[in-house]
Amino acid sequence: MNPDATPMEPLVAVEDVHTYYGKSHILHGVSLHVDHGEVVGLLGRNGVGKSTTLKTIMGLVHPNRGQVLFAGKTVTGLPAHKLARLGIGYVPEDRRIFRLLTVMENLRTGLDRHGMSETRKQELLDKAFAYFPVLAERRNQAGGTLSGGEQQMLAIARAMMLEPKIILLDEPTEGLMPRMVSQIREIIDVLHRAGVAILLVEQNVPLTLQASGRVYIMEKGVVRHHAAASDLNVDDAVIHQYLGV
Amino acid sequence: MGIEHILAAIPWDKIIIQTVNGIVTGMILALIASGLTLIFGIMDVVNFAHGELFMLGAYIGVVVLATSGSFWLALIIATLVVALLGAALQITTLRPLLGRDPLTTILATFGISLVLQNYALWQFGPVARKIQEPFTGYFTLFYLEYPWYRLLIAALSAAIIGAFWLFLKYGKYGVWIRATTQDRVMAEAMGIPVPWVHTGAFAIGAGMAAASGVLFGPLVGVNHTMGLDWILKAFIVVVVGGMGSLGGSIAASIFISLLEAYASIWASPAQAVIVSFVVLILTLLFRPTGLFVPTPK
Amino acid sequence: MSKRSTTVYWTGFCVILALLIVAPLVLPEFWRRFLTEILIWGLLAMSSDILIGYTGMVSFGHSAFFGLGMYGAAAALLMVKPPNLWLAIVYGLIGSAGVALFVAYFSTRLRDIYFAITTLIFSQIFYVIIFTWTEVTGGENGLSFRRPPLAIPGLFSVPFTSETLHWFVLAVVTASYLILRRITQSPFGMVLQSIRENEGRTRAIGYAVERYKMMAVMLSGLFAGLAGVLYAIQNRFAAPDFVYFLVSGETVIFNVMGGIGTLVGPIVGAGFFLLLREAFSRFFTEYYLIPVGVIFIAMVIFMPQGLLGFMRRWLNQ
Repeated sequence: MNPDATPMEPLVAVEDVHTYYGKSHILHGVSLHVDHGEVVGLLGRNGVGKSTTLKTIMGLVHPNRGQVLFAGKTVTGLPAHKLARLGIGYVPEDRRIFRLLTVMENLRTGLDRHGMSETRKQELLDKAFAYFPVLAERRNQAGGTLSGGEQQMLAIARAMMLEPKIILLDEPTEGLMPRMVSQIREIIDVLHRAGVAILLVEQNVPLTLQASGRVYIMEKGVVRHHAAASDLNVDDAVIHQYLGV
Repeated sequence: MGIEHILAAIPWDKIIIQTVNGIVTGMILALIASGLTLIFGIMDVVNFAHGELFMLGAYIGVVVLATSGSFWLALIIATLVVALLGAALQITTLRPLLGRDPLTTILATFGISLVLQNYALWQFGPVARKIQEPFTGYFTLFYLEYPWYRLLIAALSAAIIGAFWLFLKYGKYGVWIRATTQDRVMAEAMGIPVPWVHTGAFAIGAGMAAASGVLFGPLVGVNHTMGLDWILKAFIVVVVGGMGSLGGSIAASIFISLLEAYASIWASPAQAVIVSFVVLILTLLFRPTGLFVPTPK
Repeated sequence: MSKRSTTVYWTGFCVILALLIVAPLVLPEFWRRFLTEILIWGLLAMSSDILIGYTGMVSFGHSAFFGLGMYGAAAALLMVKPPNLWLAIVYGLIGSAGVALFVAYFSTRLRDIYFAITTLIFSQIFYVIIFTWTEVTGGENGLSFRRPPLAIPGLFSVPFTSETLHWFVLAVVTASYLILRRITQSPFGMVLQSIRENEGRTRAIGYAVERYKMMAVMLSGLFAGLAGVLYAIQNRFAAPDFVYFLVSGETVIFNVMGGIGTLVGPIVGAGFFLLLREAFSRFFTEYYLIPVGVIFIAMVIFMPQGLLGFMRRWLNQ
C-alpha cells in the first residue's frame, strides 16, 4: 500500500448537521465534504448559514444533530482549540485579528504549540513573511493599525502558523480592492499547491468558480446544489436562482 | 495675608508623611486590584471572594511564619497555596457557569467568600493574629520613626506588578492571556486552550491577592474580616481605573490611596474612606468608562 | 392564568395564610419570633425581587433601604412622644424613599455589573455615615427604643404581644405581597419584565426605560424600607450591622434560593436559608455558615431557577 496515496475518506465531512443559535434553527441538515488538498467553494446569499457551517466545523458552535468528521474521526462537540490543534485553520469574516497584539504576537498565537522547535517556528515565520512581505515590514505594529487588506493577510498568515490541513476561509475578499482580491486569489493557489485543503465561503462568484474544484450552493440552511466548478458558469440559471438579486 | 502665611499654615510634614503612606497603601491596593482586573478582563467575572483570598494569604503567612520563622518562605508558600486554591475554585465553581448570566458568577463568588470567611473564623478564631515584619528598623521622617518595612512593601508590590506586566508582554503564556482577553473565540480558534487560560489567570490573580495579604499583614492584625474593606476599595479602584485596564487600576489605586491619606490629616480614618466613595460617584457621573482610561470616541 | 390554576393558586394562598395565622398560637416563643423574622426578611427579599427578578437589575443596595427604614422608624420612636406606630412607618418610608431616589438617579446611568457594584458601594456609604455619625445614629452601638403600641389615635391603644405583633407583620407582608403582585401583573409590571428581557428593544418600541427603572427602584426601596420598620418594631433596636453590604448579599441569596421573578420565591428562599442556618447551627455549633454557603453555591450552579423553579418543574413532570 502506497503510504503517500491520498486517503480515501474525505478530510472534512459534515453529515446532516442541524445547528441553532439560541432558538433560531440556522442549519437544517447540511451535508458536504472536502477531500485532502481540495479547494471547495461554498456559495449562497447572505444569511443562508454559510458562516454557521464553517463555525460548526471549527467547533465554535456545536450542532444539535448530525456529525462532523475530520480525517475519518468524529469530532462533533470537541472544543475549537482541540480542532485547531488537529489541523483546522479558521479565517473568519471581518478577520478578527488581535488588534492590541503586534503582528508578531498575532502570529505567535499559532506558533506556540506543543512540540514546535525554535527552528521550525522560524521556518514558518520566514515562509509567512515571504508570502506577505508587508507583514514583515509591520511586524512590531499593533494589529489594529493595519489596513483592511493587511489585516486580511495577517488573518490568513496567522491561520497558516497552525500548519493546518484545511483552512476555512470566510469571505476573504469582502471589502477589499481589486488588487488585493487577486492577491488573495494567488494565496489560495499557493496554499493549494502546498497541499492545504480550503473551504472557501464567498460572495464573489467568478473568483470562487476559478479557484475551486467543486462548489456547493446553500439556501436557507441546506445545500441545494453541488457541482464541479468547471461545469458552472457565472451566468448559469442555477447561479441566478440561488445567488441572483 | 501673605503667601508665607498660607505656606506656613500648610502642614508640609504631615503631607509628606501621608504621601509616603498613600503610596505604600496604594501599591498594596494596586496589587490586589490587578488580580481583580485580570480576572474581570479575561472572563468577565466579578470575583467577590478576592478579599478572602487576600485574607487567607495572610493567615497562611501566619502559619508558615510560626512554623518556619521565615517571612520570605511564608510569602512564597502563601502565594502558591492560594493560587492553587484559586485554580481549584475556578474549576469547580466557575467553569460550570461559563456562558450563563453574569449574575451567577457574582453570586457564586459571593458564596465562596462567605464560606472562606467562616472557614477562617472557624480555624483561627476571632482574635487577630500578627505577622512579624522580616526586619525592624526605622528612619526618621520629620517627627516620626518611619519603618523601613513599609517602603519595602511598596517596592515589593511594585516589583511583583512589574514582573507580572513583563510576563504579560513577553511571556508565551502572557500572549495567550492577552489574546484570550481580547477575543476569546478567536483565541480558541488559534488552538489556545482557553478554559485553562481562564484557570491560570484566576490562579495568578489569587496568588497576587495572597501576596498582598502577607505583605500587608505586619501593618494590621490578621483576622477573618480583613478582606471586606479591601474588596470594596478594590472594586472602586477597578471601576474608577476603567474595568479591565491594568494600568488604570494601578493609577487609580495610588490616586485614591493618596487622597485618602491626605484626608486623614483632617478627618478620622473611618471618615477618610468617604473620599474613595466620592471619587467613585464623580467618576460615574462624569467619566463612567474610567478616570484613567482614554474616553472612547 | 387558566381558571383551574387560579383556583388552585388562591386555595393554596388561603391555606398558607391560615397556617401562618394559627402558627403563633401553637408555636413556642422562639419559633414564633423566628417565623415573624422570616416574614420580615421575606418582605425585604420580595422588594429586591422587583429589581432583580422583574426588571433585571441586580442590586446590592437593599441593606441601605432596609437600614434607613429601620433608623427612620427609630427616629420617630425616639423623637416623638408618645411613640406612635404609624409615624414610625411614615418616617421609615421617607428615609428609605430618600435613599431610593439617590440610587434611582444612578440606576438610569449604569448597567449590569456597574450598577451592582455601585449599589454595593452606596450601601457602604450609608454604613459609614451611620457608623461614624455617633451623635445622631448612636454609631456602633445603634439605637434602642420602646416598641410602640398598636394604636389608632382616638380609638384604642393596645401594646403588642408576641402574637399580635406576628399578626400585624403578617398583615403588612400579605398586603405588600398582594400589592406587589397586582403591580407586577399590571401593564407597568409588563414593561419592567420587557426591560429585563431586552432593554434595547423596549426602548425602541418607545418606552421611557429610564423612568420605569427609576420607578422600579423607588418601589423596591419603599417596601424594603417597610421591612426595616417592621424589624425595628420587632426588635426594638437599630444597628449599623443591618446596613452593612452583607445584608444585601443575603437578600440576594434569598432571592436566588427561592427563585427570582416569582415574588413568593424570595419569601420561601428567606425561610429556607434561615431554617438551614438554624438547623446547621445546632449541629455545627460554630461555623455553620460554611455548609450553608456550600449549599448556596451548589444551588447557584445546579438549581439556578431556585427552589420554586425546581418545584415547578418537578410538579409538572
